[in-house]
Order: sequence, then C-alpha cells, then structure tokens
Amino acid sequence: MALFVPVNFMKRKNTVLLATPYGLWITGFTIIPLLMVVYYGFTSRSTGVLTLDNIKLISTPENLKALWLSVQLSLLSTFLCLLIAYPLAMILRNMKAKSNSFMVMLFIMPMWMNSLLRIVAWQNILEKRGILNTFLSFLHLPALEIINTPAAIVFGMVYDFLPFMILPLYNTLVKIDENVINAAHDLGAGNFYTFIKIIFPLSIPGVVSGITMVFVPSLTTFVISDILGGSKVLLIGNVIEQQFQKLNNWNSGSGLSLVLMVFVLLSMTLVAKYDKGEGRTNVL
Amino acid sequence: MIDNKLIELVNITKRYDGNIVIDDLNLYIRENEFLTLLGPSGCGKTTTLRIIGGFETPDEGKVIFDGKDITKLPPNERQLNTVFQKYALFTHMTIADNIAFGLKIKKKSKQYIKDKIKYALKLVNLDGYENRMPDSLSGGQQQRIAIARAIVNEPKVLLLDEPLGALDLKLRQDMQYELIRLKNELGITFVYVTHDQEEALTMSDTIMVMNQGYIQQIGTPEDIYNEPKNAFVADFIGESNIISATMVRDKLVNILGADFPCVDIGFGENKPVDVVIRPEDIDLVAPQNGTISGRVTSLIFKGVHYEMEVMANGFEWLVHSTDMSPVGSEVGIHVDPFDIQIMNKPESEDEKASANEL
Ligand SMILES: Nc1ncnc2c1ncn2[C@@H]1O[C@H](COP(=O)(O)OP(=O)(O)OP(=O)(O)O)[C@@H](O)[C@H]1O
Ligand SMILES: [Mg+2]
Repeated sequence: MALFVPVNFMKRKNTVLLATPYGLWITGFTIIPLLMVVYYGFTSRSTGVLTLDNIKLISTPENLKALWLSVQLSLLSTFLCLLIAYPLAMILRNMKAKSNSFMVMLFIMPMWMNSLLRIVAWQNILEKRGILNTFLSFLHLPALEIINTPAAIVFGMVYDFLPFMILPLYNTLVKIDENVINAAHDLGAGNFYTFIKIIFPLSIPGVVSGITMVFVPSLTTFVISDILGGSKVLLIGNVIEQQFQKLNNWNSGSGLSLVLMVFVLLSMTLVAKYDKGEGRTNVL
Repeated sequence: MIDNKLIELVNITKRYDGNIVIDDLNLYIRENEFLTLLGPSGCGKTTTLRIIGGFETPDEGKVIFDGKDITKLPPNERQLNTVFQKYALFTHMTIADNIAFGLKIKKKSKQYIKDKIKYALKLVNLDGYENRMPDSLSGGQQQRIAIARAIVNEPKVLLLDEPLGALDLKLRQDMQYELIRLKNELGITFVYVTHDQEEALTMSDTIMVMNQGYIQQIGTPEDIYNEPKNAFVADFIGESNIISATMVRDKLVNILGADFPCVDIGFGENKPVDVVIRPEDIDLVAPQNGTISGRVTSLIFKGVHYEMEVMANGFEWLVHSTDMSPVGSEVGIHVDPFDIQIMNKPESEDEKASANEL
C-alpha cells in the first residue's frame, strides 16, 4: 500500500503537467473566442447593453433565404460526396494490394493543397470564357453557364470536401474483418444482401463522421460561394463575412454566427442519433 | 461408418504470387467422418479449407461435392458452413439475429426460426442469451455462438478452422467434448483444422498430416501415432526418438552400432533407414541387461511421468517412465521389437519437403 500512494500521486501529477499546455490552448483558442462571440452577439453595437437584436437579425427575409440556401446546398453536397465516396472507398478497400495505401493517398492528396488555390483554379476552369468553355467551343458544343450559380458552389463544395468523406469511410471499411463478410456469404447471403445487412451497418460510424466532416464546413463556407458564386449567390457564410469585413459590425456578425452554431449542433445531434453509438467515433 | 465419399479434392494446386501453397493434393472425405487437417503453421491447412468452402478457387484441380463438380460454385450456394478462427460474429446484431441470419435468407417462417434459435442455444449451453450482443460474451461463448450460427442451417458438412485456438486449456478440453457430442448428435461431417496434435488425436476419425502443401500421411489417430510413415509425421505427432539406422536384414536393425530385434520385414539388407522409438516405449534396465547402455543426463518430473535424457552411443535418448533414475546413474536401454518403427529414408519430392522441415 505504501508503495502505491506515491506511484498514484506521481501519475496524477504527471497527468496534470501533461494536460497543462492543452488546457492553455483550449482556454486561449476555444473558450475565450467563444465567450467573445457570445458577448458581442448579445450586446448592442451602439450602446453596449444586452440585446437580442443581433440574434433576431436572422429573421430578415434576405438572411433567412441565405440560411435556407446554405442548408440546401450543404445537404446536397454532403449527399453527393457520400454517393461518390462510398463506392470509391469500397473499391479501395477491396484492392487489398500493396498499392492500396498509395491509391488512398492519391485521392486525398488535394487536401494537401491550399483550399483557396483549388477553388480559384476551378473559377478559371468554369468561367464564361474559361478553360471548360474554350474546350467545349473547340468541340463545337454549346457553352456551359455554370459559374456564379448554386450548381458551381455545390461543385466546389463536393470537390473541396470529398477527401473528408473518403477518409473516414475508407477507415471504417478496411477495419471490417474479411471473415465477417465471408461468414455472411457462407450463410447463404449474396453480395447485395451482404452489403445491406453487414457491410453498410458496420460502416455507419464512418458515414456519420464523413457526413459531419462535409456538412459542417459546407454550411459555414464563404470562400467557395464567394469565388464560384460571384456576388450573385449569398450563403449564410457570406452574410456573416460581410458583417465583419464590409460593415465592420462585430455584434451582428457574432449574433448570426451563434445562430449558425446552433444549426451545426442540431444537425450533428441529429446525425449522431442514427449512429447507434456503442462507444465508437462519436462526434458529439 | 458409411463409406460414402461426400467431398473429393482432385489434383488441387494453389499458388499465391507464384509460390506453390498446395501441391497436387488428393483427398476424399466420407459422410459423417471427423477429418482433421493437422500441420505446422503455414502448411496450407486454412487454404485447403477455404478451397472446400469456396472462398478460394484452386489454380488447378476439382472440388467434388456429392458427385457434383462445385469448383466454381460461390460459397453462398454450397451446402456447407464454416466456423471461422476468430468467430467472425456480426457485432452489430444480437445473438438471436446472428443465429437467424442464414435462416432468414432461406425464408424460414418466424416460428421455425424462433424454435431453431432456442434449440441451437440449448445445444451449445447458452440458453437465454438471445438478446445479448456478441461483444458482451467471453471468447468461449462467442465461439459457441459461431458454431450455433453454422449448425442451425443443417449443413451436410461443417468446416472448422482452429475453432478452439483462442481458448485456454480447460475451456478447450470442454469444447472438444462438446464438439464431439454435437457431431454425434447431429450426424454432420466435420472437417477440422488444428495445429495441436493432441486435439487431433482426441477428436478425429481420420487425421491428415500436412507439411508445405503436401499430404504426409492420412490415417486413423492410432495409425498416425503408432506407425508414422516418415520422420516428419513421427516428430510432429507426439515426442519421439528419430535415429538414423541400418536395416541388417528382416527383423533386425542396427541402431548406433547395436543390433536391435524388430518386427519389420521387406526393407532389404544393409539398407539405411530411419527408426522411430516413442519415449514411453523405452525401458530403462540394469546396464548389463540393456541392448546398449548409457548415463542419465537430465531428469524432469512431468506429473504423470518422469522425463529423462540418456546419453548412449552418441545419442540423447528421450525416455518417459514412471520410475525415475537419478542424473548420472548408469542405465541400460531396452526396446521391445514391436515398439521399433522402421521408415524408409526420404526419397520422393513429398518426403523431401518433410526432411527439410526437420
Ligand atoms: N492471400 C494470400 N496471399 C499470399 N499468400 C498467402 C495467402 N494466404 C495464404 N498464403 C500463404 O500460403 C501458405 C499457407 O497458408 P495457410 O493460411 O493455408 O496456412 P495454415 O496451414 O492455415 O497456417 P496457420 O496454422 O498458421 O493458420 C502460407 O505460406 C501463407 O503465407
Ligand atoms: Mg490457418
């Protein structure tokens, strides 16, 4: 017993010591900024007194429209990402070769490049007289008027966030024991039945993190909509950005941010509910 | 036992990246037989089982089931079920859903499935576990669920890949009896993979000893133990003294310079052979009464018997006996003629594979 006390004490002391930098980090870069957003969001710009006006700003028709459009486009891009990434992750999983991790790397490599750079590149491609239309006219095909439409924004979101869907999906899929799949076949299940009853349910933790990893940045982005949507399509991210950058109104910007945060939290709770938990990679 | 060939493997060859893993293997399995594939790690046991189960297609050769060629049939269309080494339970389903999986695919009625689950759980001594999740069960319990999940489908053949490999000794022995009981109760053919020779001897009707993709010997446990065909089998099944010797003539063999009478005939005269003598078949006698004599170099108490090493004529003889002779004592070695097993020196390719292993 006498031996145990100091060991235990040491352990606790070590843990505290180790945790200190992270504690400072969280305080400095998460808690304080969050408190500031809450403070600005609930105070008036001119008088500094407590008010709900900044929050209520969301109910103006333009802002509601921007929020609604954001939700729609984010849902669509998340869905498209899932649709593209799932079969791809399955293929990568089934490759089982040495080249397999290299292939995964190829697909997530765009993540290593600056996001702004990639989006600007797409702007150049999709522009009215951009690379795509030059190419189409060369083939005597009609030009595509994609730039500055919601379609271009969704395209940008899918391109930008696809790796965030592939990675968690691939990670859960490779972890499924080949013999579990063999067992399903062994018991008489065909490929489709095995997928529906075994593979997909076992991959749900990956689906859930993939969805959050794509939906949340899609909902809050302003860069993609700025560049690929011109000033024609306003998302909630753009509205907030304008409050801060153009109008220099930190109070309204914070108020709208808080509303958006509530949306993010709600959507994450909703998604997490479908993941039956079991202590797996839960985002919430 | 009915002498009806249920499964036949004909000239099966399997390669991985150019390496031959199974080489021209021929084997038949009779109805109701308990056949064990036994061999060291990497010898191709799992591969053979996977070829029977349909998870692997052989590069050459045919798999015949009940007279029909099923070489190209996918696993879900074969009338056999597998119990995988690491259970491979469906962790997102309850025990009941795991067991019902195959029955639902066969579109059995709700009542039938319910009854079957109850029956199967009773059979593996886990009644009342219907609503538990696999993760909440111990290793042994999970393995029994894997067995229950397979047998409810009433397969003609059950393939088991080291099903007891992950269990501790006591549980393993319990499960061995349980499996034999199940087999007798259900009348299914078992193809069983293990690298545990004791398990193989206890459970099997027939043992197939494999090494490096070749069959070394097929026979009853008694055959394999008492009359190993070559040094590999002798060494792999139980402990033994394997000694290079010369067959002087029929019924007389010269081992390490001394003539021992034996019962084997037909090996020719003055032919080099290998002899196998089991440690428990060696009698330690007074030095002057032994065929040869030597000195005890080590003594270990093993519970049931003493294990001794005797240095005689330049060879360390392994001896098991209930009587002990202290280290350093002078002893004579006597072996009854029928306890000396004579084997040809390896000649053919198959046997060379075994010689390499030694
Ligand atoms: N998918 C595969 N790709 C390449 N080589 C393989 C593959 N599966 C098995 N092998 C090789 O084939 C040989 C036989 O393997 P197998 O799994 O049949 O051995 P085993 O007798 O079951 O061994 P263990 O007792 O260790 O399970 C081994 O050398 C193994 O490395
Ligand atoms: Mg194996």
